[in-house]
Amino acid sequence: MLAYIIRRVAQSILVLLVVGLVAFSMFRFVGDPIDNMLGQERTQADIDRLRIELGLDQPFVVQYYKFLSTAVQGNFGVSYRQGRPVSTIIAERAPATLELAAVSGILALTIGIGLGVFTAIRRDGWASNIIMSVSLIGVSLPTFLIGILLIYLFSVELDMLPSFGRGEVVDLGWWTTGFLTESGLKALILPSITLGLYQMTLIMRLVRSEMLEVLRQDYIRFARARGLKERAVNFRHALKNTMVPVITVTGLQLGAIIAFAIITETVFQWPGVGLLFINAIQFVDIPVMAAYLMLISVMFVGINLIVDLLYFWVDPRLRADRAGGH
Amino acid sequence: MSEPVLSVRDLVVEIPTRTGVLKPVDRVSYDITEGEILGVVGESGAGKSMTGNAVIGLLDRPARISGGEILLKGRRIDNLNRDQMRRIRGKEIGMVFQDPLTSLNPLLRIGDQLTETMLAHLDISADEARDRSIAALDEVGIPAAASRIDSYPHEFSGGMRQRVVIALALCAEPALVIADEPTTALDVSVQAQIIALLKRLCRDRGTAVMLVTHDMGVIAEAADRVAVMYAGRLAELGAVREVVQRPRHPYTEGLMGSTPLASRGQRRLRQIPGSMPRLGKLPAGCAFHPRCPKAQEACRVDPGPDLSADQGRAACWFPVEQVEVAE
Repeated sequence: MLAYIIRRVAQSILVLLVVGLVAFSMFRFVGDPIDNMLGQERTQADIDRLRIELGLDQPFVVQYYKFLSTAVQGNFGVSYRQGRPVSTIIAERAPATLELAAVSGILALTIGIGLGVFTAIRRDGWASNIIMSVSLIGVSLPTFLIGILLIYLFSVELDMLPSFGRGEVVDLGWWTTGFLTESGLKALILPSITLGLYQMTLIMRLVRSEMLEVLRQDYIRFARARGLKERAVNFRHALKNTMVPVITVTGLQLGAIIAFAIITETVFQWPGVGLLFINAIQFVDIPVMAAYLMLISVMFVGINLIVDLLYFWVDPRLRADRAGGH
Repeated sequence: MSEPVLSVRDLVVEIPTRTGVLKPVDRVSYDITEGEILGVVGESGAGKSMTGNAVIGLLDRPARISGGEILLKGRRIDNLNRDQMRRIRGKEIGMVFQDPLTSLNPLLRIGDQLTETMLAHLDISADEARDRSIAALDEVGIPAAASRIDSYPHEFSGGMRQRVVIALALCAEPALVIADEPTTALDVSVQAQIIALLKRLCRDRGTAVMLVTHDMGVIAEAADRVAVMYAGRLAELGAVREVVQRPRHPYTEGLMGSTPLASRGQRRLRQIPGSMPRLGKLPAGCAFHPRCPKAQEACRVDPGPDLSADQGRAACWFPVEQVEVAE
């Protein structure tokens, strides 16, 4: 087991290095940061000086190496635009994104699994059919459109919820939270629904189809033949077997929630790292872009690792294979 | 004779389809008494499993019981509601399925599956259920039951898993066990062990058994009486010795002629021409008449005399004449 974790971590590091390399090879196509950094009154000498100062005259592999060698020491460089350390900027912005992603993820998981199980058990009921039809909206409408529709309905027409921002936040020193104020909580509602809706419907449809498959299995029939209560058959026997494939997709989707927060944060002007990234692209703020991409990769790779370990926890057959095979 | 444990009276199962109503089980009647093993034999699609599923109340929709009665120890059970029927399943009627590899939940320890079944039906504590589970595993011949109880199903072989399945079916001491092809998925060498185990356990407890199989060898080995099914109807019902050695229904005769039995010595096996008709295309009259060597005009019109539980052995107008021997 430990050997397996170590091997997976080693693989993960390799993945991260490749992601970084690809990212750096593409930054040159985004634009030239020098244009934005120097004003109208620039001379060619200024441009050349700044280019050398920032190391932008060197090939991207060398730039990448420099980024890595300082990044492993916890130093992600200084933002071209704000002139402040990138780690400080991200630390300021991260709580907003993480709180939004956590609320969306919990919404997507609980409602997704709950409705999935419900529509599987009441397969032919009218409520299931309505839920399934409505869920098509969730999987087919793009996130930004849902966000704009929600803003139009709840902010413009009904004037119930704020259309942008985080509301009032409480500063805990190392973390700013919107959970403790009424305006903060209100501000969370629309963005978290927007962000989580796609994942919620995806998880729901997946749970439903997996559960229907499991309910056809012999051991479910046998559980019924043993006179177990319907609740025990559905939740103890069926749901647990449903979870194995669901965990994979769900894990990746939770990573996607953080990554795709970019769109939701843009629509709602949510002051998180996604919005920071969009602004960084407009300014070609390479240190911020690089740090953000690495952060997202670490998160994806970490979630993948956790998903793989969850399999062992859920499915005893894998535990036995590992013990025998490694 | 005491009251039968299971009494099926004119049972009809229907499946409504777009093109008409199918009757996979049509006016079937039989009794099983305490400690008796009734073999139910027939080809695939003859309605044997469907009959078993109807008795335990596990028909898959849209199949439903549309006629007849099922009595368990004199109490009618075919009209019970879902919760009442659930209380009977496992407690009064146990069931053993065909494939032990898929009958056990792969994610739950076998001990948990045993105790949950006992706790669902018996008024005992969790500790007591665990002790009884170990005893139940011991009884079905799982070696070192006390240490194996916390194993997962994949840690057992196929034959061992079927033993666990039998322990599960019997753990609440039901009066009737429906064994649906319990040996079909097993190695031949294991088959005999499983049949012997089922036979011993049921004889010791006086449990009635409905043994559904297409294997005449298993029937001859295990059953006391046998019911032969063809296209949803009971073709013949009688003591195993009688039916095997002196079949009355032409179908049974054909079935026996096509079965290799060691007791009969080597000779060429006979075939029944044609194959069993699909349910949607049953011929009028006796369903067997197009294949029957003895069919006459009456067979094309009338489906043949009904078999009731105590009179008549074969549902045939012109049963095979056998030299009568005193039973």
